[in-house]
Amino acid sequence: MKPTTIITAPERIPLRRFLIASTAAITLALQSSPSLAGEAYPTAKVNTTGLAVTDDTVTVGQLHSATGTMAISETGSIQAEQLAIDQINASGGVLGRKIKVIVEDGASDWPTFAEKAKKLLVNDKVASVFGCWTSASRKAVLPVFEKENGMLYYPTFYEGLEQSKNVIYTGQEATQQILAGLDWIAKEKKAKSFYLIGSDYIWPRTSSKIARKHIENVLKGTVVGEEYYALGHTQFGSLINKIKLKKPDVIYAIIVGGSNVSFYKQLKAAGITSDKWTVLTISVTEDEVLGIGGENLAGFYSSMKYFQSLDNPNNKAFVEAFKSKYGAKSVIGDVTQAGYLGPWLWKLAVEKAGSFDIDKIAAASPGIEFTQAPEGYVKVHPNHHLWSKLRIGQWGVEGQAKVLYESGLIEPDPFPKGYQ
Amino acid sequence: MQSFAGFSLFSVLLLMALGLAIIFGQMGVVNLAHGEFMALGAYTVYLSSTVVHTYLPALAPYYFVIAIVIAFLVAGLTGWLVEWSLIRFLYKRPLDTLLATWGLSLIMQQSFRSIFGAREVTPTLPEWLMGSFKPSESIDIPINGVFVMGLTLALTLGIWLFMYRSRIGLQMRATVQNRVMSGAAGINTRLVDRFTFSLGCGIAGVAGAAFTTIGSTGPDSGSRYIVDTFLVVVFGGTASLMGTIASAFGIAQGQSILEFFLKGTMGKVAVLMVIVLVLMIRPQGLFASKIRS
Repeated sequence: MKPTTIITAPERIPLRRFLIASTAAITLALQSSPSLAGEAYPTAKVNTTGLAVTDDTVTVGQLHSATGTMAISETGSIQAEQLAIDQINASGGVLGRKIKVIVEDGASDWPTFAEKAKKLLVNDKVASVFGCWTSASRKAVLPVFEKENGMLYYPTFYEGLEQSKNVIYTGQEATQQILAGLDWIAKEKKAKSFYLIGSDYIWPRTSSKIARKHIENVLKGTVVGEEYYALGHTQFGSLINKIKLKKPDVIYAIIVGGSNVSFYKQLKAAGITSDKWTVLTISVTEDEVLGIGGENLAGFYSSMKYFQSLDNPNNKAFVEAFKSKYGAKSVIGDVTQAGYLGPWLWKLAVEKAGSFDIDKIAAASPGIEFTQAPEGYVKVHPNHHLWSKLRIGQWGVEGQAKVLYESGLIEPDPFPKGYQ
Repeated sequence: MQSFAGFSLFSVLLLMALGLAIIFGQMGVVNLAHGEFMALGAYTVYLSSTVVHTYLPALAPYYFVIAIVIAFLVAGLTGWLVEWSLIRFLYKRPLDTLLATWGLSLIMQQSFRSIFGAREVTPTLPEWLMGSFKPSESIDIPINGVFVMGLTLALTLGIWLFMYRSRIGLQMRATVQNRVMSGAAGINTRLVDRFTFSLGCGIAGVAGAAFTTIGSTGPDSGSRYIVDTFLVVVFGGTASLMGTIASAFGIAQGQSILEFFLKGTMGKVAVLMVIVLVLMIRPQGLFASKIRS
């Protein structure tokens, strides 16, 4: 979602993380009990391409930024993926094999991501990788995954315009996240005029483009302003004055990172609050609300596929497991939940294919249904994205969203016709 | 209303640049860790907020003012230590100062990350700071903006009085102009250096503390400020307080007016183009002090 400023810093050694990770790996290795795997699924048969699969373990990789500017956003995904892997191991592993994790740190630096991806695929021969967050990091590792034939589970909602045999996209692509949300707000608020605001890079720009086409061609509304501000911009005074002059029915915000906090604080200070104005955003999840403060967002809307407050048994169990592992104060945002889907979807694909081979998993993935997803039900589309629902949540002062609307399952369409 | 946006940006830019105007402008030290000193001030406010809300909730409405003073002291003291342990060996090697302070900024960023975590934090601010003041139906003047303006005004006035009306200010300026001669006249130039540096850092701390009312604080907040800060100081002419004020004013008004009439990013681009042009014609900046070289 957000490639912030590229800061090339000398690589920092996350010693604590390394220790935790290696301890966890050792514990897992020790726990693995002799299984029936060898009989039902002989290693030679389920692993024909030399991946790191033994009779009782299978090694996967995890590649996120644990350090650097993106650590703030990626921590949730790291935690959710680890939780999913723990749960899979506790329930018997994959094809009778316990999952062992090798954790690599992309350090918020895109070339580092590519290098670590290569290390995981070439040296460690991992059976799958859960990782990346920003589009920039995904674009950096994509050629590596395609050349070395690896499998990446990517959790972030993103701009679309991409599809690969070697990637499963567990977040929403732009049309899934945007269109239904706009339809709802246009109907609910009788909205005709929209002001589009974004941070200045590919995801907000592509998303705004899709939003504009939909507003103008389908909703027959008008876009009264479309603007982008540099990442890290903190002074929105002039913009807010312009918004007040144009009086749009809806302020559509795609601002990310630290700018978010300044933007919403200044909106509130300038008297743009939910009693007179409508703000709809696709870039604020529970994680961002921690920094922005619920009181600055109260009454505004987010359009996401997942909110922590979703009321269904899967989600209740997930939230409880997450909090008992990472503390009662931890929050779960959209991308965290999408991260949690990765290991499970991989497990289902391996079991359907009866093999760890990348080509067989890629071919087996379409059509896989995951009914235990916290977001409800998801299904993998032949284009390797997920069928998913779209929800509108309204933020409360305590930092949680009340879900007001839920769409039906939306087909992923990474190359939308008429929106490019 | 639009003029308020310009003045608000002006006070923010000036507040950022004041500390650096002293350190870089007066002493010639290229302090790339300046932004981290701001972040240090901001984190100090965050800590104070946490402590006050946990142990002394009765103080909650007033703590912010005290927290700013603490931020000044913490950043100033850290500056004192940094000068003593690092900067004083490098006065004759400006390029090495650049590397050393860059390294320092990385160390400080990682320390923030280790101590406070990678997430951005926001102190709980007193209610009176967050609202807006409504002179008429269509106008809302944010109180935090007014607060930052007042603080900037007071601080600028204070620094001006200090630099140009006090004895130690005189010594500071003398040391900058001619170190050897000042030493001969009995000024302890080493002490003056240390004092100047820590004063600049302290002011950076105050700036950081004030910015918690506007934005959030993260380990790399400092690197977001540093470019604008240097821009203001260099554009104004390095050795002049007046220049810094004029340059902050010019950049702020230019940017907020252009942002209003053009689009977001384009406003900034236009301002940067003008600055580049001006610096090509006047490499010494808007105001240059007349020193014989």
